[in-house]
Formats: sequence, C-alpha cells, structure tokens
Amino acid sequence: MKSITKQKPFEEVQQLLEKFDRVYIIGCGTCATMTKTGGVEQVQEMRERLQELGKLVTGSIVIPTACDDMTETAIKENDGPIQNANCILVMSCALGVHRVSLYIGKPVLPALDTLFIGMEDSPGDFHEVCAQCGQCILGQTAGICPLTACHKGLLNGPCGGTNNGKCEVDKNRDCAWTLIYNRLEQQGRLDLMRQYQPPKDFHVSLRPRVARVV
Amino acid sequence: MVSKFKQVLNSGKFVVTSEVAPPKGTNIENMHHHIDLLKDRVDAINITDHQSSVMRFPSIGGCLAIKEQGGEPILQMTCRDRNRLALEAELLLAYTREIGNVLCLTGDAVPVGDHKEAKGVFDLDSVQLLKAIRQMEAGTDLGGNELDGAVNFCAGAIVTPEANPIEPQLLKFEKKVEAGAEFFQTQAIYDLDNFAKFMDYARKFRVKIMAGIVLLSSARMAKYMTDNVPGIFVPQELIDELASAPKGEALNKGIEIAGRMIATIKKESLCDGVHIMAINREEKVPDILAAAGL
Repeated sequence: MKSITKQKPFEEVQQLLEKFDRVYIIGCGTCATMTKTGGVEQVQEMRERLQELGKLVTGSIVIPTACDDMTETAIKENDGPIQNANCILVMSCALGVHRVSLYIGKPVLPALDTLFIGMEDSPGDFHEVCAQCGQCILGQTAGICPLTACHKGLLNGPCGGTNNGKCEVDKNRDCAWTLIYNRLEQQGRLDLMRQYQPPKDFHVSLRPRVARVV
Repeated sequence: MVSKFKQVLNSGKFVVTSEVAPPKGTNIENMHHHIDLLKDRVDAINITDHQSSVMRFPSIGGCLAIKEQGGEPILQMTCRDRNRLALEAELLLAYTREIGNVLCLTGDAVPVGDHKEAKGVFDLDSVQLLKAIRQMEAGTDLGGNELDGAVNFCAGAIVTPEANPIEPQLLKFEKKVEAGAEFFQTQAIYDLDNFAKFMDYARKFRVKIMAGIVLLSSARMAKYMTDNVPGIFVPQELIDELASAPKGEALNKGIEIAGRMIATIKKESLCDGVHIMAINREEKVPDILAAAGL
C-alpha cells in the first residue's frame, strides 16, 4: 500500500500552528519518505522553516511506519521533547496522524494532505488505481477499475465526453473505458463489457468502514 | 398514458424536436418566449439539465412551463447532480404532471462547468437510469419496494456517431437499447456520409434515431467545435463555406447549412427525424425549419 500525500501550503501549516509556539515534528519512513513529503530531509526543512518563524522545535523523529503500532514505542522513547512541545506536527498521511493521536494527549496537526492510495509509474509520478469500494470488479474490466480510472466512475461504458481515447476533464488523461475496451478486445473478452452492470451497492461498505480479518 | 411525442415517434412521420435552455436566475421571460416560439413548430422540446455543468433553473421547471404553455416536453435528466433517490423522486413528480418523455444522460463532468468545487454524483449512469425507469414502470423502485402508483415514460438517450474510437460508444449504445431506450437524439453531426454509415449499423435496432443538428454561427465556432468538442467533426468544406459568407452573414449561412442538412436527411430518409440545438439562438429555430422546408 502506498499512501500518496502532498505537503500542505506552508501558509496553511503556519495557520494551524498559529496558537502554538513549541512544536514537535513526526515524519514517516515509508510512504511519505517515498513521496518526499515527510522523510528525513523534509522533516529537517520543516524544522528550519518553523525556526525561522520563531517557533521552538522541541525535537523531531522519522518513525519507520507511522501508521503501525510500533509508533507507540517511538513516542514513549521521545516523551521528553514531546512533553516539552504544545503541539505535534505530523508529516505522514492521515493514517499516521490518527495513530499518533491515539498516544499523545496534545493537539496533533497534519502537515500533509492525503491524496489517494496509488501506484508509482516512474520516480515521483503516482496514479490512483483503487477506490477501495469493497466489491472488486477488476475481473470484468480487464484489471482497470472504472470506478477509479473513469472521472465519473461509470460502470457501463464510456460517456460522450471521451475524445481520441482521452477524458473530457483533461486531454492528457486516458479514457478508462477506451483502455478497458482495448484490453478486453485484445483478450477476446468483449462480452464482459456488453454485460449490464447494476448500480453500485454502497451498503456493503458502510462508512466508517471496519473489518475483522481472520 | 402514451405521450404525444411517443405517438408521433410511432406514426412514422419525420420527427422534429428542439431544445430550450432555462435561465441562470429567476428571470424566466425568455424561456417562456422560446417555448411559445417553438411549441407548435416542433413535435417536442427538450429542456436541458444544467448543460455543460453550469447551474441553472431546473429542467423539470422548464418542462412544467412547457406543459402550462401547451407544448410537449422532453425532460433531460443527467446523473451528475442527483443520487438514485432524487432521480426516482423527480420521475414520480414528472409523471404526475404529465411530463411523459425523459432523455437519460450521464451529464458533463463537474469541472467543465461553473461550480468546479462541487461533488459529481454519478450514483447511476445513463444505462442504469434507463433501467430504473423500466423498473419503476413495472411498479417497484430501486430499493425493490412497491410503488403506490407506477410511472410510464417514453425514454430516450443519446449517442455520438462521430465518437473516436467509435466501438466502445456503439457497445454502450447497444446497452442503452437493451436497457429500454426507445429513441436516440445524436450528438451534432455534420458529415452526412459518416452519419449514413452509422445509420447502416443503427437501423438494425428497433429504436428511433434523431440526428443532432447544432447551428453553426461562424467559421470560427465551427473550427472550435471540431477541434475541441468531443465527438464533433465539422468537415473543412463547411468551415470554408461559413468563411466565404459576406461579413455579418455567417449566421445566415449557418442557418442555410442546417436547413440543407435537415432537408437532405429527410429526403434520403437517413433516419427518423432531427433534434435541432440552436444553443443560445433559439430565436433562429423557425428560420432553420423554414430553410429545411418544414
């Protein structure tokens, strides 16, 4: 799983920290390191920028995987500088922010916006492939999810906005249904696209979603 | 209840529909005027549904106005702005107010319009909306619950004969037919040879096809459409013809072209009728009809 994030505009971070003068920073060694949004370098940069603003940075750490339960140990080990701060700035995806909030009774603030769960195409380029809908239809759609890859999430074929295999919202984006059609045709499985897909059952994935695995 | 429009469709007559755009705001004078202008000249009038994702007075409001003014409305319904409950509820309202025709569309994407920050809904797609109508006619809603009073509609959809690539579009067209579409209004067509080829294919299906005629107002507009609007191809001869019009006469040339195309489609029985879209120039529709000899 790769949680794709981007850094919030610094002005927004500044606003979030408006009432706090002592900050502890937490980065993440997994996804946010890969996306260069919350790794060692970015945490260091943030530290410097906050110091320029006159904030006292009481300490910082890059936790190997901020969303897992080892985070509790890391936080305990750094209790001193954390207690010395009046807020925690987390440079990980929202999962890390949630995890950290479980263990620290101080304001925990996100420095990143979580965009999507995605795949890396080439270094630095990511795209969204799964909407985590809870009812996978990739078997009928040649491994391309129309709910995710089609801007409108259409289930029964392309809309009239498709043009030269591209999407109406952006000429540089592929039309998911053209891709699906081409791949199914190549595989001799176009009959799958002819099948009527009923409306999505949103009841199977009632929000907030919970799962007990095993 | 069999809608007047459905009776015309089944009569074998060359069908002519047009469309009126509701206002952005509460000044409905112009809309009423356009409805008055068209109601006795065409077989039915579409009211667009926030076309191009631009927020406007609602389609159902325009259809009610058509009913009040004695015309025959076609309710355009996109899947962009309402979930299945809202779509079903609006169908109930439409039926009780004797709006008997619905055109089911996916709807343009939200970011092409004037409320770019809005959430696009697309809980259903156009095929599923057609199916929903047929299910409601059989007496149940999409939750599987019995309706206290069913609906009955002449349901249609759209198709883009110039789509590139065309194959996925045709596959969806067939799904719309299977889902219960009785008529199709096409995206604008300008190349009648291409259209004739499309009709060779489409004629195999028991549905009525109405060719989309969009009024060209200048060579620049024609060029823009062919370069930028998905599924529209304007042949160079038509662009040249518009460009050759004397200054200030391009719009009249556009009317002449539209009239000529309609006359040819009718004479050669290329399809079952036409749907005229004058886009902000509803006043010119009677001139187009006159130019077509209708």
